[in-house]
This record gives sequence, C-alpha cells and structure tokens, in this order.
Amino acid sequence: MTPVQYRRADSASDAIRLAGTAGHRLLGGGTNLVDLMRKGVERPDTLVDVTGLPGAIEEAADGSIVIGAGARNSAIAAHPLIRSRYPMLSRAILAGASAQIRNMATAGGNLLQRTRCVYFADAAGSRCNKRAPGSGCDAIGGFTRYHAILGASPACIATHPSDMAVALAALDARVHVAGADGARALPLTDFHRLPGDRPDLETELAPGEVIVAIELPPSRLAPRSDYRKVRDRASYAFALVSVAAGLVIEDGRISEARIALGGVAHKPWRAWRAEAALQGEAPNEAAFVAAAEAELAGAEPRPGNMFKVTLAKRTLAAVLSGLCEDQA
Amino acid sequence: MSRVQNVLVGTVRSALGWVPAQWLPGGTPDPLIGRRGEVGRQAARLDGDVKVQGQARFSAEVPLENLCYAALVHGTITRGRITRLDTAKAEAAEGVLLVVTHRNMPRVSGPSLIAITDPTAVGNSSLPILQDDKVHYNGQVVAAVVAETQEQADHAASLIEIDYAAEPAETRFEEAKSGARIIPSLLIERNHLSLGKAERELTRAPHKVDNLYRTQWQNHNAIELHALTVAWGGETLTVHDTTQMIASEAATLAKMFGLKREDVRVLSPFVGGGFGGKGFWDHQVVAVAAARMVGRPLRLQLTREGVYRIVGGRSATEQRVALGADNEGRFTALIHNGYSVMPPYGACPEAYTLGTRSAYRAKSFEILQRHIDMAVVPNTFMRAPGEAIGTFALESAVDELAHELAMDPIELRLRNLPEKHPITGAPFSQHAAAKSWADGAAHFGWERRSATPGARRKGEWRIGMGCGSGSFPYVRMPGAAVRLTIRRDGTATLACSAQEMGMGTSTVLAQQVADRLGVPLDAVVIETGDSDLPAAPMAGGSGQSVSIAGALLAASEKLPAELLRLAGNDSPLAGLRAGEIRLGQEGMASAADPSRHETFRSILARANRDEVSVSATGTPPLEMMKFAMHSTAAMFCELRVSDVTGEIRVDRLLGSFDCGTILNPRTAASQFRGGMIMGLGLALTEETWLDERSGRIMNPTLADYHIPAHLDVPDIEVMWTGIPDPRSPLGARGIGEIGITGVAAAVANAVFNATGKRVRDLPITLDKLL
Amino acid sequence: MAITINGTPVDPPADPRVSLLDLMRDRLHLTGTKVGCNQGACGACTVLIDGQRVLSCLTLAVQAEGRTVTTIEGLGADGLHPLQQAFLEHDGFQCGYCTPGQICAASAMLEEVAAGMPSYVTRDLAAPARLTREEVRERMSGNLCRCGAHNGIIDAIMAVAEEQAA
Repeated sequence: MTPVQYRRADSASDAIRLAGTAGHRLLGGGTNLVDLMRKGVERPDTLVDVTGLPGAIEEAADGSIVIGAGARNSAIAAHPLIRSRYPMLSRAILAGASAQIRNMATAGGNLLQRTRCVYFADAAGSRCNKRAPGSGCDAIGGFTRYHAILGASPACIATHPSDMAVALAALDARVHVAGADGARALPLTDFHRLPGDRPDLETELAPGEVIVAIELPPSRLAPRSDYRKVRDRASYAFALVSVAAGLVIEDGRISEARIALGGVAHKPWRAWRAEAALQGEAPNEAAFVAAAEAELAGAEPRPGNMFKVTLAKRTLAAVLSGLCEDQA
Repeated sequence: MSRVQNVLVGTVRSALGWVPAQWLPGGTPDPLIGRRGEVGRQAARLDGDVKVQGQARFSAEVPLENLCYAALVHGTITRGRITRLDTAKAEAAEGVLLVVTHRNMPRVSGPSLIAITDPTAVGNSSLPILQDDKVHYNGQVVAAVVAETQEQADHAASLIEIDYAAEPAETRFEEAKSGARIIPSLLIERNHLSLGKAERELTRAPHKVDNLYRTQWQNHNAIELHALTVAWGGETLTVHDTTQMIASEAATLAKMFGLKREDVRVLSPFVGGGFGGKGFWDHQVVAVAAARMVGRPLRLQLTREGVYRIVGGRSATEQRVALGADNEGRFTALIHNGYSVMPPYGACPEAYTLGTRSAYRAKSFEILQRHIDMAVVPNTFMRAPGEAIGTFALESAVDELAHELAMDPIELRLRNLPEKHPITGAPFSQHAAAKSWADGAAHFGWERRSATPGARRKGEWRIGMGCGSGSFPYVRMPGAAVRLTIRRDGTATLACSAQEMGMGTSTVLAQQVADRLGVPLDAVVIETGDSDLPAAPMAGGSGQSVSIAGALLAASEKLPAELLRLAGNDSPLAGLRAGEIRLGQEGMASAADPSRHETFRSILARANRDEVSVSATGTPPLEMMKFAMHSTAAMFCELRVSDVTGEIRVDRLLGSFDCGTILNPRTAASQFRGGMIMGLGLALTEETWLDERSGRIMNPTLADYHIPAHLDVPDIEVMWTGIPDPRSPLGARGIGEIGITGVAAAVANAVFNATGKRVRDLPITLDKLL
Repeated sequence: MAITINGTPVDPPADPRVSLLDLMRDRLHLTGTKVGCNQGACGACTVLIDGQRVLSCLTLAVQAEGRTVTTIEGLGADGLHPLQQAFLEHDGFQCGYCTPGQICAASAMLEEVAAGMPSYVTRDLAAPARLTREEVRERMSGNLCRCGAHNGIIDAIMAVAEEQAA
C-alpha cells in the first residue's frame, strides 16, 4: 500500500470539496478500496473518510424512501420499511458478502465498488484496460466464469459485483449526487456505464461529484418480488448470475414487470426486453421462458462462460414462476 | 524413488514374508490393546482453553525486541531471466533496512529434496533460492525487502523495478503430456505394476467401463498464513515457524547455513492448519538469510497471494480407469493409469494409483503413472495425496460398472473385496471393510436409494444417494524418538518435537502415557513443538501418532530397568528382572505377583532422586513390510441438484471407518469430519485457476478459491469399527487423511443417482449439470 | 481521540495505512485476533466495533478513533464466555486459528438475531428471526474454517442460543 493521508469529511460540502482534488478517494467501509490499495490496484494519496455523512433511511412526503449514502448495508437490509416495501432489496443485500462486510459497507460504496475480475486485481502480473487504458485485457482468453455475457466490449468483459445494485436497478431507484456545480439525480440504471472503449470510466459521476443518497420510489412489487443468487458456493461468494424480479398481476395479466440481472454485465443489467415481452401477458411458463429468451438473445458469451446464458435464462424463468406460485 | 529402491524394498518384503510374525515389531500385540483406560476416552483437548481465548501463540505472534518485517517480491513471468533489477527506489523508501536480491543473497545450496530414505530431507524444490537471475515459474521469489514496519516493507516491495527476458516454457497440461516421463517408484511402491494381461482381459470382459477422469489443481489453504519469526544470536539461530516438520527443518537450516545442528532451534508449538502445505519452502530460507544480513530479529509472513505463488498444492491429474467384470461382477481387469504434474525440480509424485493396488481383487492389473513437466511452483503433498483423487476415479468407475451390471454398487464392492493384498499376497494385519460397509449402509438408510437415476425429486430439486470407498495406508515412520521422565512429584513428562496442527497430538499422547505408566491423566505433562526435544517424525502420512506411540512403547520398555536400578534391595521389587516387571498403578509390579508393587514416587524418594528419564527410538517399522496395513472407509452421500441452476446441496454425509483403535473419539471424529469436508470442497468447489497461457495462478485469494463455507457443510455422521490392528502400537492406524478419500466419488455417484448425469471432471460445478 | 480496545484507550497509529488488525497484532501484541487472508475473505480477523462484527483487516485503525473495539481477549475477560465454553464442549475447533474470529462473529450474530435482523435464508422477512441450524450456517458463512470444525461450531452456537432462550 502506498503511503496515504487520511481525513474525515465533516459534511457533504466538505466531501465534495475534497473529492474534487486529484489523488483523493472517498473511503466508506473500506471493504473494497482498502483491499485494492493493498493489491496495488488503487493508489490514492489521500483518503477522505465519508462514513460520518448521513446514513439515515427515511420516508419522503411522496412515499419514496431515501437512503443516505452513508447507510451501512446491514442497516438497509434490516430496516422495517425496506423489509416490508422492498423485500427484494433486503434479500439482495443479504445475499451479498458476509455479515461482517455488510456491517462495514456503505450504500454509496456499494454502488462504487469495482469489479472482482481477477485480472483487474492482479496489478503485478496481468494486463487490464481498466487499470491502464489501452494496455490490453488478459481476461479475454482467460478465466471468464465471472465475466460478462451482455454489453461487454473488446476492451473489457468485467462484471459489476454488487447484489444490492441489481435490486435497486429493478426498483427504479434514483441516485442523488452532488458536486461543486450543484445537485442532480439520475436513474440507477444510468448511473453505471458499459465498458465500451473506456472501461476505466465506470459511472456517470463527474469528477468531484459524490453520492448523497439513493431514492426508492413507491413500488407495488413487494408482494410478488424476489432476489435469487446463483453462485459456486452456497454462501459468501459472488454471483455467477442473479435475478431481481417483481411482478404486478391485474386481471390475470402482467401489468408491471421489473427485472434486473446481476453477474452478467459491466453494470446491473436492467432486463428491459424481458419486461417488454411480459407486459400484458398472462403469467405462465411460456411467457416467462419467452421473456428470458428475449433478454438473452443478444448475449455474447466467452468460451469459459457459455453456460451463463442458459443459467440466466433458466434462473430468470424460474424466479418469475416462483412469483406466481404462492399466491393467487 | 530409484530402481535401486524398488529392489531393496522388494527384497526386504520377500525376506520378511518368511520371518515369523512374532519376531517383528507388532508381532506380539501391544498389551494395551483392548485394555480400558484413558485411551479410547473423550479426553478434553489440552490446548482447548488457550485456543478459544486466543492465547495460543502462533509463529507470527512471538514478540521480540527490535523486530523488523520482511515482504517478498514475486516474479511475473513464466520462465526466463532478469535483465534489469532496480532497487534504488525501494532502498530509498521510508523505513527500509535492506533489499535482498540474487546479487547480495548469501550463497546457500538448496535443501535436500524430500525422500523416504532421508527423514531429514524436507525440500519441496531443488531450485536455487535467490542465487541467480533465472526465473523458473510464475510467482517465484525474486527479491525481498526488510523494513521497520510491515506497511513500509510491503510498499517498498512494490517499488522494485524488474525487466525480464522471457523464455519458452511449458504451461499447458495437455501439450506437456507428450513429454511425460515414467519414474520407477512412487514413495515406497513400484510405479509400474502389471499382473496378467489386463488390456486383453478388458477386451474380453462381458461387462466393462473405460473412462477418463480429471481433477484440478488445488491448494491447502490453511487459514493461518505461512509465517516465521527469526532471531540470530551470533552463530545460533532461533526460528519460530509454523511447520509440520520441526526436527527436519532445524537439521535442514543447520546444513544450509553452515551451523551445528544443536545451534539451531525451531519452535512451533501451534500450527494453524497444515494439510501438507506447512513444509519447507523458499520463504524460510529468505527470512533466515535476511535476518542475518540485517542483524536484527525479523518476521516474514506471506501474503495469502504469496502462499499460492510459492507454496505448491495438489497437482491436476488426468486418470484412466478401466474395469472389466464377469457376469457375477467379479473383476477380471483393473487398469488405472494417467498423468500428473511433477516438475524436474520437484519431489512429490501425486500417487493416485496407490490406493487402487489394495482396494480390490482382480484377475489382472495394469497400473502406471506418468509425470509431466510444467513450469509451475512444484506441487507437493496435500491431504491424502494420491488417494484423495485416486479414489474419485476408481470409485466412480466402480459405480459406473455397477450401473452397467444393474447391481447395487455396495454389493459389487463386497464381491470384489480382497482377503489378502491382491498384488503382493501379503496378509492384511486387520481389514474389516465389509463391516464398515454394512454398518454404514444400515445407519445411512441406503435401502431407501432408488437404483434408477433421476427417480426422486422435490420441487425443483432432484435427490440422489451415492457411495464410495476411501482408503489410506498405515504409516509408522522410522526414527521417532521420545524422552520419558518420571518425577518424584508423581508426574510423567513425555517430550518430543511433535507437531500440533489441531489433530489433538498432545491430548492423545497424554492419554497414551497415562495408560502406559498407569498414572492419572492430570499427572501427565506433554512437551512438544521444539526441535531441542527428541526428534519426532514430521506430521505427515497420518503417521505422527502411531510413530510416537511406537517410540513411547520402546521408552516404557526401557523404564523398568532404570527404575529397578534405583529401587534397591529394600523395594518389594528387589530381585526382579526388567522382563518380569509390568508398569501400572503409578508404579510397577511383578508381572507374576501384582502384590509386589512400588510406586514411582516411592522408588524415587528412597533413591533420593528427583527424576528418572529414559530416551528411546521406535523400532524399525518392519510390520509395514510384512503385512498389508490399510485403513478403509465407506462414504455415503445424499444430495440435491437443482433442475433450474445445477446447484448442488449436500444434505447428508456419513463416513464409516475401519482404522483400528480410535484413541480419542472426540478428536478423531473431528479429524474424520474435517477430512470429509475437505472432500466436499474437492468434489464441488475447489480449484486453483492456473492460467495456461502464463502459468500464473489467477485466484490467489480465499474469495476466489472456494473452500466450503458453513452453509455448504451439512451435519456429518461418522462411525467406526474400532477393531484394533494387532500389528500396530495401541492397535491404531492413522486417521488424519482418510476422511477426504472416497468423498468426491460418493458425491459424484450421488449426482449421477440424482440426475443421470455422470460428471468425470472435478470440481462438479453447476455448469456441468445444466 | 483514542481507540478503546477491550476497555483500554489506545492512540491511533501515525501511519494511516495501518489496519486495526495490524495495530493490535504488531503494535499492541493483542494477537488473539488472527490474520487469515488480509483480503476480507475469511473472517479470521473478526472483531466487534461498537458491538457490531466487522473485519479488522479491512478497517484502517484511524477509522476506529473514538470507537469501542472488543476482541476475543475482551470477550472472555471475566472467565470463559459461554461461547468459549461451548466451543470447548462441542469441539468447535481443531487448529484454533479461525476460532477467535468464529467466536467473536457468533457473539455478535446472536445479538443480531435478538434484534430481529433477517438473513438470506430467512423465509419471511416480516416475521421475527428464528434461529435454526440453517440460519446459523448462513449467518456464520463469513467465517471460514479449513480444519472442518463446522459441525462443532454450529453445535456450540446452537447450545448457547438455546441456553439464552431458556
């Protein structure tokens, strides 16, 4: 780990001011950043500790829930409002990492965590366009079990590792950010970028901007929603594929479908195509399979992750079926 | 591993075949066998209290004044030379005391490679350690930095600039197969074994299976990192290390650094898990050299990545198993051969065919292993080397043949169990595989298994049962020494350099001492973990406990003579000869007339002595040559496979063992379970990702190498026959490794039973079942 | 501001790179907390900060300023903690290296359940948390064990949980 200075941000404006300085990185729970610093992937000269910033989880006047960027993952998952109104989000968070890490990790940090691509992590021995743009990608042709099958580019096939963000994508969450030029909000689905030819640019966050809060709009999905994570170990492992899905069924037809996939792309993958395919359909196996087929039609797997196309389709169809099983 | 060795071993075996059993060690069964005492009881772990309180001090936790810290730099090319090595920035970095490279490293010759002929030889690699500019495998140590703090050392290590000239290197298993070599022997067994015409018998057999099985690279992944704290005092050296081979590490360091053996002390009271991985590798040599150069006590703790880079694991294998059988299921041909990796600079063959040689009767055998060279960190022994993965191939094949024969797989095994060693013809010392199968099947509820694959399901889950045999040979290592001291306060102390990695070494030794001498358990003191004590064998081959048991037996046989000398004419024992004495009841007595008894305390008091001490070495383990001595296990598994995702959840696992006397049911059950859980990892999740383009390990983390987590582990039942082996000390055979054997086959066979899919490549990840 | 470790105030290190784990092990010789990976992947370094279980390897010591840290040494300060006793009785360890982390994690885990926090395997997020063996396994999965003491660890935790419930 390179020598580093440490400061605490006392306020959002303090954080914004410090975040804008070159070489400064915001430090939340440290579960990803400290590990990457030790691996030599991240080399900030100053850490700005933002864990003191607000982490409240509150209901707004319009019924939205606003989660402060400093909220710990475990606090979000356990919060009564989240458990009752957005159980999919609780489940997604609880599917991630371990209890210890969830106690440390912040909401903002979770969105900004970096890929778990093993070639990205190997600063000493592997090429990576994320670490050094233009240097090449050793993941291509290597171990790609945890790599993207959707939206990848010749420059980068990494995936975003978050579980929480997958549920947030399905729930139409909005990310509130603030910078020297003011505050703005953008849909979570637009917050992360696809790799294109600049995989080092992972989000739409402008230099100096910080995440202030995550907003969850009112949702009707709670009664029929789930998060299912498929992985190589029963617990404490990253997703090969995960599915966040919620349905609203009215008069025997799907009136609302919200679906996102994890483990398959450089960002939480909102399954717009599957949602469109389900709109107005009767909720049955054939419709679910067709929706899954529609979403994965554009998949471009690698030799080491061909299976993920089938896995994603099957898991998605099974989750949707499950949503219609237990209640009429 | 030479041809000469084959001849020697063969000669000893055939000569011993003519020697009456009672002339050999173990010829007269150990009198403690079957006696009710401390052995066989659930004695509490002696080190339990300190471990649950975090007070057990491991090697990286020894506080020393003026300590400095080291960090290693690992090479990033596969093979080649260093063309530029710039240490200036590292040397200038804050806190840096020293940078060690091949330019300034003292000249040391490599350690002697592990060899069965030399118990002091511990080297896993014959490559020079920082002696030249050559790089032999990806991850090799190319430099080290010493600094005031660990943070400073780690950072400075990243500042060393190195350019390389790469040379061609073989890093692909499949391509390297064409250059495979055949070594004459595997441990003490002949490699090539041909009995009858197996290929011809296979062709003729009415029922047969013939398939390839593959297993992947694996790493031990003890949770404790490799670490040592080194202190030089002039020409004496003290090393606090975490090692499975205390005595031989001390001998090796003395030799390498030109010191007298008695001037080197290796201390290792606790080892935070070993499994074969806590051996002698480059880091110990670098740390000892660097501490001398810097003139201060030094600590080197490998990073987790560093452990993967420079401590080898289990080799990948490709194995062919072919079985031919007649209509009754009797084996007519048994063929087991294949490939594993052993670089020319390595010393550890992955002997996956060894278990096969004693498992079943067959009309013909053809067994041969080929070794391929790859530019990798040399592979080493990992829990049940050979048997862990050899039983996967063999026992999958048996299951496949049973399916082909439409016969219950247990029945097929029982029909082919040998009555004597199927190859050498040597009698088994004790062998109750049939009983462990029967007991295990009854307890597990095997009769509930459906013979038709894919017949049971619940929701999206298909349910299946499978079984497989495990096996591991008895090993008693030569040269094990102990010192036994009886004190006037009534205590008895056993001292030897044994290793405690969690097996319960000292606990079980205390139980033995209590029974041998007839003293209360709480009067026994066990001293281990120190190379200044009489040399115990390494903790390996599941042989530590019985090897020390043999030495303790020898010591207890010497004790009466020493005590008689002190007892004098006023003792009730006066006039007796040592051969007429029996130890017991905190003293000794006439074997013929137990009323003639005197306590150790009384003898020492009268002689006005504080203590009496005897040292002894175990007899040569000739029983291993005369008899076929093998433990066996019957493993049962019930699991679910998701029809949707291919995920596997193991619901039940049972191991039924035939391992001789169980010395401590509590610690034994834990060891059995531990092995079986590692077997689950082998079967389902564990794989070291060796990138064959670069020979670089890509998942050197516990996040990406998946050892089983709590949710992967079901309640595991273990049971045992408990039948003593009349040829071994206490009737015991080792139990540390057999738990992992047979498990992967039981899992794979259960997967087949659940789904009808036969997976012959480990680990059985979900993609193989989609 | 000091870091309070097992009741004793300790100055934060001058070098912000020093993890809480290394502060304790290398500087304070509080070696009960173990280092298994330094990658946040094994749980051996688990300690409690303000009562919550966290990984001390990924916590910079300076981040613990003004907070209260409890380690295995602090947990059993007045004789053996019930979990320590239960680990002994149920043979919840072999080599003993992951053990302090397992015990610290278990103590916080029981508090989490008492506070009604759900886990990934909790079927009904609205109902009060119920401690089954499956729940304990999921909740303890962040603490790896290589010797294979899993059954004993779960047995020990269940025994303490049942005792507390009684």
